[in-house]
Amino acid sequence: MAVTAEPKLDSQRIRADFAYLEELRNGKPVAFLDSAASTQKPRQVLDALRDFYEHSYANVHRGVYQLAERATEGYEGAREKVRAFVNAPSTREIVFTRSATESINLVAYAWGLDNLGPGDLVVVTELEHHSNFVPWQYIARRTGAGFRMIPIDDLGELQLDALDVIAREGNVKVVASNLVSNSLGTINPVERLAEWAHEQGGIMVVDGAQTAPHRAVDVQSLGCDFLAFSSHKMCGPSGVGALWGKAELLDAMEPFNLGGHMIRSVRYDDTTWGQLPYKFEAGTQPIAEAYAFGAAIDYVSTIGLEAIEQHEHELVSYAMNRLAEVDGLSVYGPPPERRAGIVSFNLDNVHPHDVSQVLDWENVAIRGGHHCTQPLMKRLGVAATCRASFYVYSIPDEVDRLVDGIVKAKHAFA
Amino acid sequence: MGEFDQLYREAILDHYKNPRGHGAIADADAHAEGQNPLCGDEVTIYVSFADDGDTIDDVKFEGRGCAISQAATSMLTEMVKGRGAREIAALPKEDLLEEIGIPLTPVRLKCAILGLGVLKVALHRAKGTPLPEEWSTLADELEFDGDG
Repeated sequence: MAVTAEPKLDSQRIRADFAYLEELRNGKPVAFLDSAASTQKPRQVLDALRDFYEHSYANVHRGVYQLAERATEGYEGAREKVRAFVNAPSTREIVFTRSATESINLVAYAWGLDNLGPGDLVVVTELEHHSNFVPWQYIARRTGAGFRMIPIDDLGELQLDALDVIAREGNVKVVASNLVSNSLGTINPVERLAEWAHEQGGIMVVDGAQTAPHRAVDVQSLGCDFLAFSSHKMCGPSGVGALWGKAELLDAMEPFNLGGHMIRSVRYDDTTWGQLPYKFEAGTQPIAEAYAFGAAIDYVSTIGLEAIEQHEHELVSYAMNRLAEVDGLSVYGPPPERRAGIVSFNLDNVHPHDVSQVLDWENVAIRGGHHCTQPLMKRLGVAATCRASFYVYSIPDEVDRLVDGIVKAKHAFA
Repeated sequence: MGEFDQLYREAILDHYKNPRGHGAIADADAHAEGQNPLCGDEVTIYVSFADDGDTIDDVKFEGRGCAISQAATSMLTEMVKGRGAREIAALPKEDLLEEIGIPLTPVRLKCAILGLGVLKVALHRAKGTPLPEEWSTLADELEFDGDG
């Protein structure tokens, strides 16, 4: 019988790759617990970005000179890395965008405007980030389609028995859900939702922004039609994201942005569109950033997605145990075994911004706010929450400092 | 507590825990409400004027939100009572910030001046006092509402 060693990640060694984690503020390092908003960047990715700009940079796909070819190779090489990272069948299905938000807007506009109308339903979840909520709400209004929300239960998990009710109210054409909730860390049953969407004759759009950095994603086993994610939440630069979509859907869609590079031919009386994925990549792309996105994929893949998932699971379990020791503190969302490395909480009678401010003075960086999930905040009956989130460089000591800071805030406001 | 004392001065905590001028005025001459959507801070301010029609005879507020927003509004009620509507309409935000006395990041600044903005809107609607552009701009970010 083969024995597989538990994948383990050496966060102390990893921390040496991140300059900010070695900086001292008032003699102490800062516990950066806001990686769900954006991660820090390792030297390997920053070196790749600089090296590309210094030695391989020109505009892509156009020049016949060698430098332009090298730039094109780097850019297209990154596309292949993105493809492999999510196990997409073809690089034709990988579109570089500016962000996960733009990826979702691309689908909402380019697919939604032509495929939705009165009698149809667009279905999102109560857990959605505004980036996968507002575009659909807007396109539904523009097209006359209905807009529905799958509610959550008190543990912050989707109430799937609502699906039958929703299905009776119209033709379900789009189901849009995140795989991991950015506010609560809930892991959503996207495979089940995709199955349901297809039974109804609709498409499944997955916001993978909080998933791709933290656990292995396989678009073929998820069974979805589109997946959006971004580079900056997984050690890569900001300003670049990706959309994976099924080729037959992307082929049938009208373009989203129009301009240079996305065309086949332009005449005074007509313009035809280029091949996938270039049909959706108008204008000069974030070339070096896409290349460094590829370097970020290498970086997290070398650590190993399973090891990352395990590491974050250990941290979030430890954090939830420690937070449970604090009287008057409520944690939102599911138990550790059904959540990713995110924990949202509130201290009774203390505003999350006040907690965050006290923690900042203690050199602990967390987020206090609505996390771009106002419908969820309304469901929880709060204006905002405190949120701590973990990544490869997070360590249990930072959790302890978080809890110590919370206790200070509690005493100050008692 | 060290740094904590220094930064979140005792006065702020005191105003937050024991807000001055807290409550509503039943037959207020002016009132307005506002929210800071970012934090979910809410403030409603009520004003009654003296017989001269300008002096702020009484001012009260209701609200909920972070310590900065509520303490700043509490301090504001002490600052403006007995002063003229026209004078307060022109009161620079720096006067209030000086009273608060701790450094604030741009995000927290919006919490701190919410109450003053609401008061200026209430005075503007009741007395037609000017609402300078910086407060109109602010009104796009914060959400002020109310009638005279």
